Amino acid sequence: MSSEATTKTTYHIPIGPIHPALKEPVHFEFEISGERIIDVDVKLGHVHRAVEWASRKRNPVQILYLAERICGICSYCHPIAFSLAVEAAADIEVPERAEYLRVIQGELERITSHILWAGVAAHEIGFDTVLFLTWEIREKALDLTEYLTGNRVTKGITMIGGVRRDITKDMIPRIQKDLKFFKDNFQKLAHIFLDDKTFKMRSQNCGILTKEDALKLCAVGPTTRASGVKKDVRVDTSYFAYGDLDIDYITPDKLTGKINGDVYDRIITRLLEVKQSIELIEQCIDKMPAGDIVAEPKIPKLLAQLKKVNGEGVGRHEAPRGEVIHYVKLTGEDAPYTWKVRAPTYNNILPWIPMLKGEQIADIPIVAASTDPCMSCTNRVAIVNNGKHYELNKEELHRLSVEKTRRLMR
Amino acid sequence: MGFSMLGPVFKQMFKKPWTNKFPAKYQPSSTTKYLEAVGVGKAKINPPIPTPPNFRGKIKYDKDKCIGCNLCIKVCPCGAIESKPEEKKIKIYLARCCFCSQCNDVCPVKCLSMGDEFLLAGTDPYSKELIVE
Ligand code: SF4
Ligand code: SF4
Repeated sequence: MSSEATTKTTYHIPIGPIHPALKEPVHFEFEISGERIIDVDVKLGHVHRAVEWASRKRNPVQILYLAERICGICSYCHPIAFSLAVEAAADIEVPERAEYLRVIQGELERITSHILWAGVAAHEIGFDTVLFLTWEIREKALDLTEYLTGNRVTKGITMIGGVRRDITKDMIPRIQKDLKFFKDNFQKLAHIFLDDKTFKMRSQNCGILTKEDALKLCAVGPTTRASGVKKDVRVDTSYFAYGDLDIDYITPDKLTGKINGDVYDRIITRLLEVKQSIELIEQCIDKMPAGDIVAEPKIPKLLAQLKKVNGEGVGRHEAPRGEVIHYVKLTGEDAPYTWKVRAPTYNNILPWIPMLKGEQIADIPIVAASTDPCMSCTNRVAIVNNGKHYELNKEELHRLSVEKTRRLMR
Repeated sequence: MGFSMLGPVFKQMFKKPWTNKFPAKYQPSSTTKYLEAVGVGKAKINPPIPTPPNFRGKIKYDKDKCIGCNLCIKVCPCGAIESKPEEKKIKIYLARCCFCSQCNDVCPVKCLSMGDEFLLAGTDPYSKELIVE
């Protein structure tokens, strides 16, 4: 490619629709001059699994498990946002203890997800030792999830009007032991991510998203908070038990005193959120009142109640990647009339454009990963230039990224 | 400071690996032959990590208790359960089951429960192991 790099003309790289750094199959078209990205175009809508359509043949209790399968990492966020929507439509009051249990599950998922992301981010810049260190911690978080819900990934914990499994007294020592493990290891992780030379080189002043752009493009979750926008459903609407807990927006200036909106700031935001989640679970365990865990334990009765409902509801939940919104309309049938899901990554795709402009090709993986899209497996980049055809696959892109790290270290 | 991973990496060299080598310590030269040997008791399987309490594995069905109310069919998200109207019993196709245990929760006589068996992969979805009745 060296002869290409010296020419003055720009050329185009299409990336996707299938690519490792993308949550949903997305199509990018990069305009490149040498190593610099001049312009980016994004096209969406390549994967349609008909999840919403499948809901038309299912009753709300069945949809919980369908929603769980929208995403493997957010297998709690989607069913819970769906239940919030149904509860809003049917005016179901959730018992107080269930509200606390819901917070615990949500925060545990956030810990698991953010730590998974930290490992992937390290991998993208070629720092695989950190990948293994972080995933060792994640393994513990998954074990705890399994202990609390029964299974590691598909938790099956959500029920309309509450949760399905209680946390009993004898389970608390185990939870506290694991929380202590997370806390001890959090210090280690924070030290590696925030002080290590390699991370600083690759993430500071890279992939900048300004506050204006974050607001304009409606970025959500840690991506927007890292740019200094104070937006967090948990604080803004105080759903579940969040109103009773000590919680505040996490922005990077809490640690460094300033906001740059670069990849480094997004790392800080997520790490601080892991700490916040650990503290929230601790608070919940302390404050959790006794009582019921579900509003209507008899499922046939619940279904009969929902069948009478005529109305619509919106459920909003702060997923690890940002705000997830579910809309449901019930019209007195078994199945809902309609169900619409808006996952946070939709909002975090457009911010890629200002982030990537002016960066180098080798920065694409870490910048794209910095908004925490889910990883899919294979990808292929075809570079078409003057009728000549090159293929740049995942390994190649990853190699470029690793090479850049090495180059900077020299 | 400089390279913060050096310490953990050195420590790691002296730690026991986390991975549980399941089902065999070392990759057998032929998996089929190894499993055959296990079948006749000539080789031993390195056991998997035990499942936690309340794990949702292969469903257990207490046929005698079932009253044939079909409530479980109504809530099953996967359509994994089939009714047998003549007998007033049910039949569960595990190949379709997503192990949500919703049928367990709804059953009025509690004749369904989740077991801890999880090695259910097979090539025939209608094999005997994958149908509970
Ligand atoms: S566990 Fe869930 S998917 Fe499996 S048979 Fe029961 S209700 Fe259906
Ligand atoms: S809900 Fe229980 S009793 Fe009713 S049909 Fe199913 S297994 Fe039988």
